[in-house]
Amino acid sequence: MTAQTARPAPPATTAPTSRERAGRLFQRHGALIVLCALLAAGTFAFDSFTTPANLGNIATASSFLAIIAIGMTFVIVSGGIDLSVGSLFALGGVLAAYGSRHGTLAALALPVAVCGLFGLVQGVIIARTRMAPFIVTLAGLLGARGLMLSLTDEGATTYLVEDEAFAAIGQGTLAGVGHPFLVMLVILAAAAVLLQRTGFGQNVYAIGGNEDAAALMGVPVTRIKIMVYLMSGLLAGLAGALNAARLSSGVTILGIGLELDVIAAVVIGGTLLTGGAGGLGGTIAGALLLGVIQNLINQIPGLSSSFQQVVSGVFLAAVVITHRILSGVRHGTT
Amino acid sequence: MPVTAPVLETDGVLKAFPGVTALDRVSFALGQGEVHALVGENGAGKSTLIKVLTGVYRPDAGQVRYRGEPVAFGSPLEAQRAGITTIYQEVNLVPQMSVARNLFLGREPRGRLGLIDFTAMRERASRVLHGYGIRSDVRRPLGSLGLGAQQMVALARAIEADAQVVIMDEPTSSLQPREVDRLFAAIADLKAQGRSVVYVSHRLEELYRVCDRVTVLRDGRRVHTGPLAELERLRLVSLMLGRDPDQVRTEGLTRFGGRRRPHAAPVLRAGGLRREHVLDGVSLAVRPGEIVGLGGLLGSGRSETAKAIAGALPLDSGRVEVDGEPVPAGSVDAAIRAGISLLPEDRKAEGIVPGLSVRENIVLAALPRLARAGIVSEADVDRVVAAFMRRLRIKAAGPGQRAGELSGGNQQKVLLARWLAMDPKVLLLDEPTRGIDVGAKAEVQALIDELAAGGLAVLLISSDLEELVEGSERVVVLRDGAVAGELSGPDVTEEKIMAAIAGENDD
Amino acid sequence: MTETVPARGALDRARAVAWLQEYGVYAAVVALFAFNAVFTPHFLAADNFRTQLVQVAPIVIVSLGMALVIGTEGIDLSVGSVMALTASVVALYLGYGALPAIAMALLAGALVGAAGGALVAVVGVQPIVATLALLVGVRGLANVFLPQLREFTNPTLVALGSEAVAGVPIVVAVAAALVAAVAFLVRRTTFGRQLVAIGGNRAASRLSGLPVRRVLLAVYVLSGVLAAVAGVLATSRLQASDPTSLGLFMELSAITAVVVGGTPLSGGRVRVLGTVMGALLMQLLQATLIKHDLPQSWTQMAQAVIILAAVYAARERR
Repeated sequence: MTAQTARPAPPATTAPTSRERAGRLFQRHGALIVLCALLAAGTFAFDSFTTPANLGNIATASSFLAIIAIGMTFVIVSGGIDLSVGSLFALGGVLAAYGSRHGTLAALALPVAVCGLFGLVQGVIIARTRMAPFIVTLAGLLGARGLMLSLTDEGATTYLVEDEAFAAIGQGTLAGVGHPFLVMLVILAAAAVLLQRTGFGQNVYAIGGNEDAAALMGVPVTRIKIMVYLMSGLLAGLAGALNAARLSSGVTILGIGLELDVIAAVVIGGTLLTGGAGGLGGTIAGALLLGVIQNLINQIPGLSSSFQQVVSGVFLAAVVITHRILSGVRHGTT
Repeated sequence: MPVTAPVLETDGVLKAFPGVTALDRVSFALGQGEVHALVGENGAGKSTLIKVLTGVYRPDAGQVRYRGEPVAFGSPLEAQRAGITTIYQEVNLVPQMSVARNLFLGREPRGRLGLIDFTAMRERASRVLHGYGIRSDVRRPLGSLGLGAQQMVALARAIEADAQVVIMDEPTSSLQPREVDRLFAAIADLKAQGRSVVYVSHRLEELYRVCDRVTVLRDGRRVHTGPLAELERLRLVSLMLGRDPDQVRTEGLTRFGGRRRPHAAPVLRAGGLRREHVLDGVSLAVRPGEIVGLGGLLGSGRSETAKAIAGALPLDSGRVEVDGEPVPAGSVDAAIRAGISLLPEDRKAEGIVPGLSVRENIVLAALPRLARAGIVSEADVDRVVAAFMRRLRIKAAGPGQRAGELSGGNQQKVLLARWLAMDPKVLLLDEPTRGIDVGAKAEVQALIDELAAGGLAVLLISSDLEELVEGSERVVVLRDGAVAGELSGPDVTEEKIMAAIAGENDD
Repeated sequence: MTETVPARGALDRARAVAWLQEYGVYAAVVALFAFNAVFTPHFLAADNFRTQLVQVAPIVIVSLGMALVIGTEGIDLSVGSVMALTASVVALYLGYGALPAIAMALLAGALVGAAGGALVAVVGVQPIVATLALLVGVRGLANVFLPQLREFTNPTLVALGSEAVAGVPIVVAVAAALVAAVAFLVRRTTFGRQLVAIGGNRAASRLSGLPVRRVLLAVYVLSGVLAAVAGVLATSRLQASDPTSLGLFMELSAITAVVVGGTPLSGGRVRVLGTVMGALLMQLLQATLIKHDLPQSWTQMAQAVIILAAVYAARERR
């Protein structure tokens, strides 16, 4: 067998190249590294940046985005996308303010239940009909916004939060830290356990990585997909409710375009839109990073807040380009 | 017959698809603790049989029995739960997840509060995989391992899940020799534990190394079952290819005409084509007006050679010349401009644009030539399309019919037309008559002959020995990515090709 | 004869589905039009017609570019932000006259498109992420260039938005001309044919020697330029540059028009007239609900249902 022995024999185990390793490090911790660098730069540049009050503001203001981004991380890791969260956030806020007439429980339960149901329906359509998540949740975006507008007489009515206890959830602080941030931390802890330490989480990764293989390995694909969109809807509704509590009213114009900020936070956090990889730590770092960028730009005199969008966009592009280059994978032009 | 009762068997299984009988009353029995080779060329029915065994397809007639009981698995998952696992050529695991997570997905060891105990999982994974010779960190993503190691993880997963029957589909196609040894050691362990293996491969040496018995399928029928050790290698090849070595010298059924002996200088020269794991220094030359056959079993590097010449497969080294001029490597566009056209093997994935009309498919490559200032001349297109539809006798409702709706033979003619419209010097045909009906096959063969007679240099890849022998002036035989022999003149016989494929002249 | 009945029933159903996929959007437009002609007072008045067409024109223009991008199995989320950017650029360069300002605006659109195209075709980023980054960044850039709404009185620009030639508003005439040009591009040019082939089977296109990267890049540039044209027209109609809100959600309207018009998201086909009809259907729907004093929220919910129905119907073919 001359041909056999003549074959080139490459090393049997391929050690990761330094480029691969750098790529993985960047993907996992890039957002965190940049976040730390920005915090350091902010401390140097502005006296008013590293005050407890300012940092607390950033934390509280980022909480709502972060809560929605936690749900979005599950969706994106599973290989899907959810465009409806911005509308559900607004709907959740209106429903919370409306529900607060009937007590704290109603103020919390109504938005969570309705938005959860909305997510559930989207999940069922996506999992059962195999229509593209992009289109189904695009319809969901319009539908949820329509529902919210019809509840508020086309946005003319603004419901005020009439329950003190409920308002306290959004406005109160504990040891100087805003309640919304604490709620976010609790959700983050629960979600991290769910994603990393349970069979459900493993299944989410498996579906996003290779749906056919996952099905062959015994993953209940339909059920997991439905659950993921249900969670995303629930969390968007909850974030909306918390925001209503903070603002003492259900503001109807909120949430427009929020889905894109959320997706940006998740992608900046190192979760790939192709699914199967990523994590919650990066997502939170991504959400906080967007908050810090906004805050820093507000500190610079003469820079309008729209500069924040430019920076976010450039940053998002830089993240995906760097990742593409470092991963060294070029599957053609797809 | 196996000594023990069969653990998995099919009894007269029939499976038909529109136009083809993929399995024609096939009976197959796998004994306990047996390694059973399943062989056959493309379209023989191997993969259909595997799919029937694992619940992907339901047989139209006949029965599947597992441990003596009739079964009808609704899905591969059901079959797996019953203990029948398939290790595919393309590893069916999740590349982004860690090795350990892949190994234990769905069966993760639990710790306190029912949460996954990763420490225990990693330790167990390391221990299990050590047994298969895998020593890399189990926290690494599976996709960062070599394909051999990935396949070993898939095997380990199946065995951990207590599989009784493991079906291996071309398991060694991407393995290093050392990895092959490990795989065979693992197979020996399986055997010792009384588990059974169905082993699908085209590599004859491997079959003789690990398999106890062999079943040969051809054209959906079982043509042979028996102990492998008693079967001569040449006899096995002849069974697979359907040519009896004793009576090869019959008059052919193909539509190829008589031999020509062109003496002009070669128009195509390819030298030292090399690509890791795939091609190992393939060289060949084709003269104008000559049909050169490229033979070899599946996976021997035939298609890769054609793709490399056409600029569609990046090479580690090697050169391609047309008319003495070097063709820049790795560029399809440059190859086309040099006059090389490739009719790819996978008609659906790489050839036809199914949603477009016959007309658009025919002129796809030639569009820039049929346009002035970027505006397509519909009259020119109509002329070209009409000429080729007539010349190639393409049967379609009209030029406007969607190409995806045509029969396989007519799709192939459309692709031929696409390349002929480019007026090439060299035509690389990868399995031009596979999967098309008899009539269309004869027409395509006659056409290839006519093109060569017109001065075109043709490289013909075919698994059909008859086609190779009757169509080609010379035949280059590949084995394991290298040229195993070149036959010309009176040596171009099915017997000699089979001998070269089987590796009998250098043993 | 009885034996053939079930077969024919199945055939009829398949044919009905195919017909619906092909002509459903035309039928819906005709039906809604007929409904309005009968039940909506003054619907057939020329004034109303003109208003509807002027309103839908920018959406149609953006949707043309979107249809081309979707035909290559891509998506362009940046179109709304490109419109906003053109509003800013027009305001910034209006001092040099209307034509230089418009030229700069179109150039800006082409540049954004080239950036998106390069990310997709050269770097290999998914179209949705690449154009999402542009959506966020370019809108910000537009606001940085022009922090607040700025009104203008440049007669050329004002005329572009409000005048009519032979009774046809210039805005509508431009849209009609662009529809014809894009239809010509798709049907009659090498570029258009290659674009559709690349969306239909990228591997086969590459093996056939098509310039895949160049075509993809050009498609995104075209989408950017068309969005810029829409931005210029919308700005001239407003008689003010409004980068904060101009083109908001335009990407969603355009994707809706394309999808409802029967262009599959999986690429390989571009339906130019279908896209126009998709945009018209959404416009008519909105007008109908408004004229009958139904709340605007109904429009969005109805749009959601139409999108789902259109994609569900198109799904059956595969």
